[in-house]
Amino acid sequence: MRVSLTVNGRPAAADDVWEGESLLYVLRERLGLPGAKNACEQGECGSCTVYLDGTPVCACLVAAGQAEGREVVTVEGLASGDDLDEVQRAFVEAGAVQCGFCTPGLVVQAHALIAAADGVPGDAEIREALAGNLCRCTGYEKILDAVRLAAARAVAPSPGSSA
Amino acid sequence: MDFLRPRTWDEALAFKAERPDATPIQGGTDVMVEINLDKGRPAALLDLTAVPGLDDWTREGGEVRLGAGLTYARLIAELGAELPGLAQASRTVGSPQIRNRGTVAGNLGAASPAGDSHPPLLASGAVVEAASVRGTRTIPIDAFYTGVKRNALAPDELIRAVRVPVAAGPQYFSKIGTRNAMVIAVCSFAVALHPGERRAGTGIGSAAPTPRRAAEAEELLAGGLDWEGRGPLDPGLARRFGELVAGAASPIDDVRGRADYRLHALAVMARRTLGWAWNDYTGRAAA
Ligand SMILES: Cc1cc2nc3c(=O)[nH]c(=O)nc-3n(C[C@H](O)[C@H](O)[C@H](O)COP(=O)(O)OP(=O)(O)OC[C@H]3O[C@@H](n4cnc5c(N)ncnc54)[C@H](O)[C@@H]3O)c2cc1C
Ligand code: FES
Ligand code: FES
Repeated sequence: MRVSLTVNGRPAAADDVWEGESLLYVLRERLGLPGAKNACEQGECGSCTVYLDGTPVCACLVAAGQAEGREVVTVEGLASGDDLDEVQRAFVEAGAVQCGFCTPGLVVQAHALIAAADGVPGDAEIREALAGNLCRCTGYEKILDAVRLAAARAVAPSPGSSA
Repeated sequence: MDFLRPRTWDEALAFKAERPDATPIQGGTDVMVEINLDKGRPAALLDLTAVPGLDDWTREGGEVRLGAGLTYARLIAELGAELPGLAQASRTVGSPQIRNRGTVAGNLGAASPAGDSHPPLLASGAVVEAASVRGTRTIPIDAFYTGVKRNALAPDELIRAVRVPVAAGPQYFSKIGTRNAMVIAVCSFAVALHPGERRAGTGIGSAAPTPRRAAEAEELLAGGLDWEGRGPLDPGLARRFGELVAGAASPIDDVRGRADYRLHALAVMARRTLGWAWNDYTGRAAA
């Protein structure tokens, strides 16, 4: 079947999609967007997190046909050209990336947390928001640093600030 | 495989009548796991997410009617006051991403004995609205679960909504697991006080082939609690309540826990949740 949707602000379509295929497969294998990662395919790891109509979801658990006519934003859609999004920049500056496999999902999920938060989220709120994103490398401390940094900058953006 | 995508509820019912072998899909958090891991391929997927209005809830008299497509995330954000037990249970489901997609109707469709919505639905006496081209019927929640991962829906039926009485007293849910997130219950328990009717409801999860109530434990509370005087909870009564809850379960040993551990944990959770609920009830009287 054919699936038409909006991806990162542009119309996109995929043909010959198998009816049981996931949105993740369509993004990675048919639309050439390998940002969202495929690790567990069972909702456990969060590495495939993307926005679906503005809400972060596991793309591996969305049937491709369910995305028909919907709006998807992947990690590729957060940066503008070579200009990284604030959350991405904070991950780089805080050293929150090692192998990087979990990073795209964490960046989207953290982006959603910060966008919805009222002020800088507390540690308990950050931990709860990221509970569905597994990282096998960092031990999470630097990831928490990155989220705090990006959240603080979102509240009080000051161009010259450094970590 | 076919992909069916009705745009109206009537169209959804017509598809299901024509294709009783089609698997409904909403959040996909159960259905897609099965497909991705190749644990069985449905003949067709019947996607209900394009049916307008299915993801909403309405207040109807003393009940909240949860549309089949209502996500846990919205239930938690919007119904914590009306349905505290179900909202608490919803907060423990999976992760934020899972709660953004998963639904109570999907939990009922899957009918896993470990599903977190079941104990609070049992404790508050919910009813399931099952619809088909033949009409709509309501199924009391304690008649809905018919076996391990089996429910009372006919092959041509879909869940349209779940009707849950608005809480008339304190409600609590408790769940045992290895983490605070992403955990399938080792066992779980819900209690709801219905002070107007001088009775309490219960629900046991993950400790029998189906979710179930603890009838004798409910009778003990109806007759034994000091509903009028709102005196402190008698520790002997609380202990006996725990024993009767454990006695109503018939757990097995499995990868998540042993049967004897489940029985012990159920008695502890029952005692504790009753204590919290009774404190709220008597505290309100004092205020
Ligand atoms: C990582 C992960 C963690 C999880 N953690 C938990 C947890 O902590 N607690 C818990 O209880 N569950 C958990 N689950 C299971 C799942 O999220 C829940 O059962 C959820 O409620 C399913 O809802 P859904 O809308 O995604 O259902 P779907 O996957 O869309 O459907 C589930 C079942 O219900 C049927 N169905 C769906 N809608 C209808 C309808 N309207 N009428 C009739 N049948 C219907 C489907 O055919 C299918 O059999 C988890 C799942 C994952 C992937
Ligand atoms: S690949 Fe989707 S959650 Fe792991
Ligand atoms: S950086 Fe390797 S999994 Fe997170």
